[in-house]
Amino acid sequence: MLRFVVRRVVGAVAVLFAISVLVFLIFNVVPATNPAQRIAGKNANPQLIENVEKEWGFDKSLPEQYWTQMKLIFTGQVTSYSQAHINIDQRILEGIPATASLCIGAAIIWLSLGILFGYLSAIRAGGLTDRALTVLALVGISMPVFWLASILLYYFTYKIELFPSNGYEPLSHPGRWFSHLILPWITLAVLFVGFYSRVLRSSMLDVMNEDYVRTARAKGLSNRRVMVRHVLRNSLIPIITLFGLDFGAVIGGGAIVTEYLFNIEGVGLFTAEALKQQDFPSIMAVAMFGAFFIVLFNTLVDFAYAYLDPRIRLGTSAA
Amino acid sequence: MSVTPETAPVTAGAGGPLLAVENLRVGFATEDGRVQAVDGVNFELEAGEVLAIVGESGSGKSVTAQTIIGLTRSPNSHIEGSVRLRGEELTTQSEAQLQSVRGSQIAMIFQDPMTSLNPVYTVGRQIVEAIRAHHSQVGRKEAHAQAIELLGAVGIPEPERRVDDYPHEFSGGMRQRAMIAMGLALEPSVLIADEPTTALDVTIQAQILRLIQDLNRGRGLATILITHDLGVVAEVADRVLVMYAGKVVEQGTLDDIFYDPQHPYTWGLLGSLTRLDRPRPHRLPQISGAPPSLLRLPSGCAFRPRCPHEFAECKEVPGLLPRLPEDPNHLDRCQLTPEQKRRLREVEGRIGLEEPA
Amino acid sequence: MPPEPEKQGVGARQGGGPWAIAGRRLRRNKLALFALAVFLLIVACCLLAPVWADHVAHTGPNTTHTLEKLHEGGEVKEVVEPSGKAIGPQFFAAGGRFFLGADGHLGRDEMVRLLYGGRASLLIGITAAVITTILAVVLGLLAGYYGGFTDTVISRALDVIWSFPVVLLGIALGIALAVGGLSIGPIHLKSSSLWIPTLIIGVVYTPYMARPLRGEVLALREKEFIEAAVAQGAGVFRVMFVELLPNMISTIIVFFTLNIANNMLLEATLSFLGAGVQPPNSSWGTMISEGFEALYSQPLLTIIPGTAILLTVLSVNVFGDGLRDALDPKSKVRYEARVGTAEPEGGVV
Repeated sequence: MLRFVVRRVVGAVAVLFAISVLVFLIFNVVPATNPAQRIAGKNANPQLIENVEKEWGFDKSLPEQYWTQMKLIFTGQVTSYSQAHINIDQRILEGIPATASLCIGAAIIWLSLGILFGYLSAIRAGGLTDRALTVLALVGISMPVFWLASILLYYFTYKIELFPSNGYEPLSHPGRWFSHLILPWITLAVLFVGFYSRVLRSSMLDVMNEDYVRTARAKGLSNRRVMVRHVLRNSLIPIITLFGLDFGAVIGGGAIVTEYLFNIEGVGLFTAEALKQQDFPSIMAVAMFGAFFIVLFNTLVDFAYAYLDPRIRLGTSAA
Repeated sequence: MSVTPETAPVTAGAGGPLLAVENLRVGFATEDGRVQAVDGVNFELEAGEVLAIVGESGSGKSVTAQTIIGLTRSPNSHIEGSVRLRGEELTTQSEAQLQSVRGSQIAMIFQDPMTSLNPVYTVGRQIVEAIRAHHSQVGRKEAHAQAIELLGAVGIPEPERRVDDYPHEFSGGMRQRAMIAMGLALEPSVLIADEPTTALDVTIQAQILRLIQDLNRGRGLATILITHDLGVVAEVADRVLVMYAGKVVEQGTLDDIFYDPQHPYTWGLLGSLTRLDRPRPHRLPQISGAPPSLLRLPSGCAFRPRCPHEFAECKEVPGLLPRLPEDPNHLDRCQLTPEQKRRLREVEGRIGLEEPA
Repeated sequence: MPPEPEKQGVGARQGGGPWAIAGRRLRRNKLALFALAVFLLIVACCLLAPVWADHVAHTGPNTTHTLEKLHEGGEVKEVVEPSGKAIGPQFFAAGGRFFLGADGHLGRDEMVRLLYGGRASLLIGITAAVITTILAVVLGLLAGYYGGFTDTVISRALDVIWSFPVVLLGIALGIALAVGGLSIGPIHLKSSSLWIPTLIIGVVYTPYMARPLRGEVLALREKEFIEAAVAQGAGVFRVMFVELLPNMISTIIVFFTLNIANNMLLEATLSFLGAGVQPPNSSWGTMISEGFEALYSQPLLTIIPGTAILLTVLSVNVFGDGLRDALDPKSKVRYEARVGTAEPEGGVV
């Protein structure tokens, strides 16, 4: 077991390293214009560009550039020229509570509803409920986030002023925190609810045909027991692993549009603003931040999978 | 390895058969048409008896067995006929009523113990689950202790340790024993074993068959043994049903089938058995052709296309009748005369099916 | 779930190979066929954008009509009021002009813009899908067939791309290339070229298709007909393209179809954030971005292009879903009417 953990962690670090190289390449080697100019931003003067060149090491070789830039990012010293010289890393940290509130809340919603709908679809497979839920799920995964957000914003914050339209209130005011987040939660969750309900449905239909489900019925267990203890339990394994990956992806960068639309001051909003300003250092930093979370959750998912499936945990079977 | 009898063998024939299946018909609606998987099967099972149902894939033997405990019920299955356990009709019972029969009065074990046990729960937990589903008043500790006892009774060494192991930590033979233990947990009167040895090594097969035999003799556990292998049947069975394309084509005692088989299909099955006490034939004879698609059954006798002895009468569907005056319990579906049958079934000095002309 | 009846022996199915069977199943799925029709209709409409622009609306996608007035049935309406609010959907009241209204304070014909924008979105979505498919097939075949070092290198590279959040990677590449265009070797693309978002989206989704395809190759590689072909002296390319590829076609088709849907959503997101389609081009995503500024005064400017995306992506998804059901030999539940007699409660006579 320990070897398993060590191997995964080493793998994760390796991937993070590769990603950092990729980010570096994307931002420094791929574009056709002068990198220093890009970093200095749209409103740069030649003196500023020269300063940037020195600070970011563009006068040195590529590997040295890489090292310099990564150091800047990871030691919290990278500043943004386009956005009033703010300390990027700090700004990212400040944005985490909002982003976390958004993502965790949405995750709870999509996981519970996704499992519920998937379960209902599967036990009434082929019937009207199933068809209706499938169509709903397909609509959910086809819906562009901004379309849904626009409709929710227009009808529920403007036409009927049910919820506030933007901003994020910290947890210290739970009522306001909730009312500011409810619409963003729905927006973010809809796509995933559709997707997860279909994955669970598919998974459950597969499991229902397994031999051990037939054995469970032959033992005289009630339908409810067979469905929950045998079918659902085994079907949830792929769901949990998928959830880990998706949650990592959402925290890492999947909530950008939602935060932007609802003006939630999290990491995503910061990213969207940086994009508008073509603020390269910020985008680089955010990319690393996002990648870190994804790799972290990928690794956690590997561990979770090993825990949930005893076959993996305990190694190969006896002779 | 021994099995301690916990109940005295039940005397046979005490007021009717234990299990009676009458004119059972099971059809499925598939996207390619209607499939009649079981077409008029009749048999009786007495207490303490071992009945073997033999046939190839698609013969309907598994569907018959699963229908007995209602596992084939679904929106696209159509079940007719009667299944009576101690006189009580099972086909009309609700799902909830059948659930109390399954496992506790009629237990069923399946072919592949690796896939038939849930990989995420320990074997002990699955046995405990079976016990407590029917006897909810039994506490978890007590059920756990019973599980250990059961594992020991089927010959698993160190049961107190193995009870907390997962299925994939058992070897194939041990897994099947564990499944059998789970089947015995509620002391059923009937055990249905669907191809219990097919997925196992030959050497392990013998052990499992011995176990089933001991359970039958020691506890008087009536057993329906489903298999495609006549060799397996010879070890354990009292009576044999041979099925083909959803119908029973021959039915009789073990001796009847092995020493006086009446149906060409049975000859074919016997002929393809290798025997240690005879010289090896030049080539292992096989029944030529393949079982028919249930969507497009041949008219008349279903075995016709593969039978070298076909004649004019075979265009009519033959009935399952006792055709030997001295043996009213030996039934078959072949319309050849008994003399013809005795002559035609001798191929190269042993019972077998001739190559078609 | 009840057991399937045991194997039905040779010739059980009503004739025709797996493609004929799949075709029949697909034909029975009315919903999927309807979705395909909707999608084709949308594509046709967008392809006919110039026809609509010239003959019905008599304007172009970028032509402004700020100071114009419409004369309808005696009334005079300004296309763009002094306050900046543009006229709403006229449908056929003005002879087809401003069918869906005018946009923002520039007074451009929304319907014309919608059709032209759709061309860009559809073009990018489909072309990117082609790129992704080609890359994924090649990489999957190479990695799965050769195994060993090749496999390790390719799989690790795919892992790295896969680990990047899709949107973030798209944004990163999009913004990097938006500023100065792309110059790699002989390929020079201006920053406004539609190829840039196309290539980005094509690359970003490659791991999602390549990994499953690699898995299929690994599974197929063990089958006997591959051994037989190799034993007969078939070269690598022959094995890959004549033996392996045909067996993967159904998976590829399904992935390709569903990939179109994802691509269009990604393009819309990237364009919305400014990292996708760049001016002077426009797509449904850029239209939404512009419309969002005036969400409360003119919600339709956001909702209309969004609905267009929704309908297109939905139709692709529904069709792709039906396609997957039809091609899957062991599909668990089919939605068409049941054949033959069946009692709802599992028939007991």
